[in-house]
Amino acid sequence: MRNRFDVELEDLNLDLIRMGARAEQTITKVVKVIENCDAEGAKEIIEDDDLVDAMARQIESRSMKLIMKQQPVAKDLRMISTALKMITDIERICDQAADISEITLSVCKNLLIEKPQHIPKMGRTTAQMVHMAVDSYVHRDVGLAEEVKEMDNEVDRLYDVVKNELLNVAIEDKEKIDQIVDFLMIAKYLERIGDHAENIADWAIFSETGVHKDSRII
Amino acid sequence: MDIKITTRNLDLYYGQNHALKDVNIDIEAGKITALIGPSGCGKSTYLKTLNRMNDLVEGVKITGEIKLDGENIYDPKVDVTILRKKVGMVFQKPNPFPMSIYDNIAYGPRIHGIKNRSDLDEIVENSLKGAALWDEVRDRLKKSALGLSGGQQQRLCIARAIAVSPEVILMDEPTSALDPISTTKIEDLMSELKKQYTVVIVTHNMQQAVRISDRTAFFLLGEMVEFGKTEDLFSMPQDKRTEDYITGRFG
Repeated sequence: MRNRFDVELEDLNLDLIRMGARAEQTITKVVKVIENCDAEGAKEIIEDDDLVDAMARQIESRSMKLIMKQQPVAKDLRMISTALKMITDIERICDQAADISEITLSVCKNLLIEKPQHIPKMGRTTAQMVHMAVDSYVHRDVGLAEEVKEMDNEVDRLYDVVKNELLNVAIEDKEKIDQIVDFLMIAKYLERIGDHAENIADWAIFSETGVHKDSRII
Repeated sequence: MDIKITTRNLDLYYGQNHALKDVNIDIEAGKITALIGPSGCGKSTYLKTLNRMNDLVEGVKITGEIKLDGENIYDPKVDVTILRKKVGMVFQKPNPFPMSIYDNIAYGPRIHGIKNRSDLDEIVENSLKGAALWDEVRDRLKKSALGLSGGQQQRLCIARAIAVSPEVILMDEPTSALDPISTTKIEDLMSELKKQYTVVIVTHNMQQAVRISDRTAFFLLGEMVEFGKTEDLFSMPQDKRTEDYITGRFG
């Protein structure tokens, strides 16, 4: 028979998987919002942000109750503290998807320039990174987490490509600078989402090894 | 690292029961070493070997070596009374003698030949201060020790142990019969004690081991499975059996 603590840890993990899946869906959705100027989708993302915040509070509550009741040590302590750290990044990812949605709603009202080609690819890559990062935690797969960290380099590279693309437009047509800045912000938010996914991967590695970004925390 | 007690290839048998199996531990001076493990794992047995309390058990057979400051305590020439003066002990249940608070503390020094009243007064005061009990009992030293609360009685036993100026203090679950407030007092006291003494404690309370000890040894079925810095053992244990035990998944 599994002990109650194991069952509660499993519940915590399930909550975390659900929240991670929600973030992944949100990014996938935001890519479509950008590609299709999908106002309905954008509004849903903005409204659903409260749900994600509620999920984070639920995980915080579960984690703190587990610390209070079980006084966890070793891998249990690492797992619970990792959950508490990861939800901050997942929450931020969804916040940034909502920010992207707001900008997109505004931009799409009167589109003046061609959308940067590589933004959807940035979005798809970051969605995959979030999926893999949460998976690496759940399956205690340090190798998968390392792959996520590698992928962030590709997102950074794509950001530079988008930035150059937009700069070229700006040079040609200064009148459209507002919209160029909006798209640059969208790209920057996606680049930040990649960083958050990398953070999640870093915590997944910590959960397994006790080492966070090359330094032993506990 | 300044080692106070070395244990090498220690085996202990109670008749046919092989209670300690090839135990090797270095106990550091001026630190608190915690011994943890499930009931019957040998941790208390090991603690008692450190001042030869097991000698009193019928049918016990001990092989291997325990050295205190480089001297084998199981050498036939060793005077066990002197050894126990150097290596004092505090038990699970407070066991004050049925006499006054003063006489409880003065008992040991008197046995060791101190008769001068002012010397004894000084020892009693210093020992009670060392056990953080002086302020609570200074006005009733002649009253029976049995009138003290459980937590006070346990601090009295610690005062009694330090009255004979030991070098090592062994504690066998010293707070398991105490309430949380008394437990905190004893734990605070232990942090003070280690400035002067080497402390070895057996505890079933793993949070207590984390809170107070510098090093921890995990025992299982008579074997010393893992020994290391407390912080390391409770964060990244090396042996799966240690991990299973400290995370409550043992057995």
